[in-house]
Amino acid sequence: MSRLKLFVPVGVFLVLALLLWRGLYLDPRTLPSVLIDKPLPEFELPTVEMADVTTSKDDLPDEPFLLNIWGSYCLPCLQENPIFMEAAEQDLVPIVGINYKDKPHLAQMWLEDNGSPFDYSIVDEDGRLGINLGVYGAPETFIVDGNGVIRYKHIGVIDYRIWENEIMPALAAVRAEMAPL
Amino acid sequence: MSRVMPDTARQYAPFLLLLTLIVALMLSATPVRAAVDAFEFDTQEQQERFRHLSNEFRCPMCQNTNLTGSSGGVAEDLRREIHMMIMEGQTDEQITRFMLDRYGDFILYRPRLTAETILLWFGPLLFLLAGGWVVMGIIRRARPVERVAAELDTTEQERLRKLLEKVDEPR
Repeated sequence: MSRLKLFVPVGVFLVLALLLWRGLYLDPRTLPSVLIDKPLPEFELPTVEMADVTTSKDDLPDEPFLLNIWGSYCLPCLQENPIFMEAAEQDLVPIVGINYKDKPHLAQMWLEDNGSPFDYSIVDEDGRLGINLGVYGAPETFIVDGNGVIRYKHIGVIDYRIWENEIMPALAAVRAEMAPL
Repeated sequence: MSRVMPDTARQYAPFLLLLTLIVALMLSATPVRAAVDAFEFDTQEQQERFRHLSNEFRCPMCQNTNLTGSSGGVAEDLRREIHMMIMEGQTDEQITRFMLDRYGDFILYRPRLTAETILLWFGPLLFLLAGGWVVMGIIRRARPVERVAAELDTTEQERLRKLLEKVDEPR
């Protein structure tokens, strides 16, 4: 019995090492969203493309789509734009933008310079829609199903690896669920 | 005597410099607080509540600062929302609910006591108890050893006396 006790420190060490090892791969910056499986908040806002017309929840696509938080000031947004452009060209999925805490004329210039993968971009100049979505900085990307319910959230830049391994499978899962039986 | 003065001055110069720096830092920190207080309130009580709430909520973007101490984009927006909700006459509970619904438990500096956070709250106590238990075990085992060592029987004492005398003699 006392022999076994000698191994207690080793056991404690192993448990701690395991926890710390796991901790190395946790990203404290990705906060789990509490809005998964909740409906999108209501809004009544103009778009970058049309300043004098407002758009609302009802105008969003009635099939699963991506909702991307972006801004002309946001470098990672520039980085992920080619992926969205490719997806838009191939008609993989509708992408709606939310131009978060930006100036519409800067947003228009950004879209002209870099190309727009978006069906349209909702103007959220004061960031209030962002708050209702639990956004804390661009870029963030939601997958919303055809009923306007948030199903998935990715925080930070999307690269090809994330696109292939996370976004597309999550989108496929939502689509499979939405498909009529 | 006159030479001592410059020496002392030189000795204290680094401290003076440090003190100046600290004061400068304290002064330069004031504008940040001024920015927080830029909102207008009808009553002192509303302002107190605003300050209290901004201190209680954690800035979602900047990890370890409260809303008061953050100038990040979303922190500013959240302070604006708090101000607006206070002016609308919403209670602290309603404002906290608003934040929780959007940002989850992360937004609270003092996490709520739930099944998920129970280890967070009482984990340290658990470690303290475990440590105390180990220490108690060590103390209990150590005590008999001390007693045995301290009490010598007569033959041992005689031997000790002789040994001590031997040490003293050669000198």
